[in-house]
Amino acid sequence: MQPNPNPSRANLAGWLYVSPLVLVLVPFFVAPILVVLAASFFATDGFGGLTPGFTFSNYIEVLNAALTFKLYLATMKFTMLTWVFTLIIGFCVAYFLVFHVRNQLLAIGLFLLCTVPFWTSNIIRMISWIPLLGKEGLINQALLATGIIRQPLEVLLFSDLAVVIAYVHQLTIFMIVPIFNSMARIDKKLIEAAIDTGASRLDIMRLIVVPMSKSGIALGTIFVVSIVMGDFFVVKVMSGGGSASVVSAFYEDVGVLQYPTAAASAVLLTLVLVAIVSLILRTVDIRQEITR
Amino acid sequence: MSAVLAGMPKTDMSKAVAPAMTKAIAPSRGGRPWTFYVLATLFASYVIALYGPMFCIYILSFQDIRGGLVFPMKGHSLHWFVDLFTQVRTGDVKGSFDRSIKLAVIVTIITVVVSFLAGLGFRRRFRGDTFVFYMTIGSLVAPGLVLGLGTGLLFQALGLNASWYTSALGAQLSWTLPFGVLVMFAVMSRFNHVWEEAAYDLGASRWQSIWLVMIPVLAPGLVAVALFGFTLSYDEFARSLQTAGSLNTLPLEIWSMTLNVTSPSLYALGTVTTIVSFIVIGASLGAIVLIQKKRGSAAKG
Repeated sequence: MQPNPNPSRANLAGWLYVSPLVLVLVPFFVAPILVVLAASFFATDGFGGLTPGFTFSNYIEVLNAALTFKLYLATMKFTMLTWVFTLIIGFCVAYFLVFHVRNQLLAIGLFLLCTVPFWTSNIIRMISWIPLLGKEGLINQALLATGIIRQPLEVLLFSDLAVVIAYVHQLTIFMIVPIFNSMARIDKKLIEAAIDTGASRLDIMRLIVVPMSKSGIALGTIFVVSIVMGDFFVVKVMSGGGSASVVSAFYEDVGVLQYPTAAASAVLLTLVLVAIVSLILRTVDIRQEITR
Repeated sequence: MSAVLAGMPKTDMSKAVAPAMTKAIAPSRGGRPWTFYVLATLFASYVIALYGPMFCIYILSFQDIRGGLVFPMKGHSLHWFVDLFTQVRTGDVKGSFDRSIKLAVIVTIITVVVSFLAGLGFRRRFRGDTFVFYMTIGSLVAPGLVLGLGTGLLFQALGLNASWYTSALGAQLSWTLPFGVLVMFAVMSRFNHVWEEAAYDLGASRWQSIWLVMIPVLAPGLVAVALFGFTLSYDEFARSLQTAGSLNTLPLEIWSMTLNVTSPSLYALGTVTTIVSFIVIGASLGAIVLIQKKRGSAAKG
């Protein structure tokens, strides 16, 4: 960031540069959100027709349904489990790459190796668990062959376990990248100084590495939490229809043209998501984090 | 990944930091602390778990006509690839493939241009910049399906037909642009303003400084933005679902296949689409490395 010699000209120039971005985001992000917000107050004829109006009945219906509570509970469960596993794996992988790999080029190569699947299809990566986790999949075959189990395990695929595996598989990269970036910026002189003044390796981890990776962890958490809470696809496919989350229920609602209830549920979810994200944002200034 | 991609081999860390780092964490050159072996094992398992399942389906897609969804392999042939592009019951794979590529190219071009301009804009503070920034972040974290539905309803309300090149294009941009802008942030933060000032001092106009100085210097970062734009659009699913109209994009086709098709042609499609992704990733990373190398030799010579 540079100081502005002439504020009003700088304002104009700034807006000129971001105007194409704004021109895309207003019709395709702001407007759709407002449409969903409006639809949540509309009445419906039950066949997909919307009657403009102002009623809280959709919200009352959503909030009174016993299902809603269950859906949020399930969503929170998936979110927490995924967050814990992605954080542990992501932190360890980033730490390994930054502090243990001595060759810088090798570290970047290994880092890219982790990121390549991010640029391929999520759907395909999820389907690819079927030959492994299925009833006749590789894991069951191996376990049967070694005699550890007699009956194939049914909980591997189309279960909550499979859902969490698929999430962790897809989303760990969102933890690795920001944590890697924070860690790579830790001045190694600081760690040397700590060693010279007699710090143990645990102290270094506790007093330097973890605190200085916090912003990366926060950024990764925002990604993982918002993606899991907004997902319906993984839950639908990997649970085999056995589990549901808030958005997968939303998807079913849309499927039967229950737009207003779906919209009300979406607005509630967005509020929850905004609350969580702003809580995280209080601990870290992501803009400064990214531009630094 | 953006920051690393943007300034790949010639980071300032590489020279100054490596000796200190080895000294600090791994005390002697020869010996490694036990944590190294634990973390190396964990890293290796992570990479295996990351790629293993994908390679399983690539292998299984090469079975012959008796093939099923699980191991063991039953023969080997290209049967399911042929099946994919000839059978009607697997849907319009060819058409959707075509549309997805076209759409991804359009999205890439728009993403690169718009993100680059936004990156230029965000270099200086201006009134309302925080608002635009959080709007961008909001567009990134908003549930895709909800945004897609909103866009679909908006088009319906305005009496417009949803199609892949209008509503789905916009919906995908709401996903690729935030990534593009974030990558540009990382790229710009490494851009040395001295270059630009030198251009001005030598009498360059604003456009000359952008066209002749910034774009060539930032080229690797722009390739990274293009990589994000293409792959995120090509694989985008949630936001396209309610906005693509009557003609499917490839991920939507795959989605409907996961519901009806229980033959290895699903895996064959996975193999085909991943090959496309790998080509794009390889070309982008190759381009970045090439640019950096050329620069390295130019600087030396």
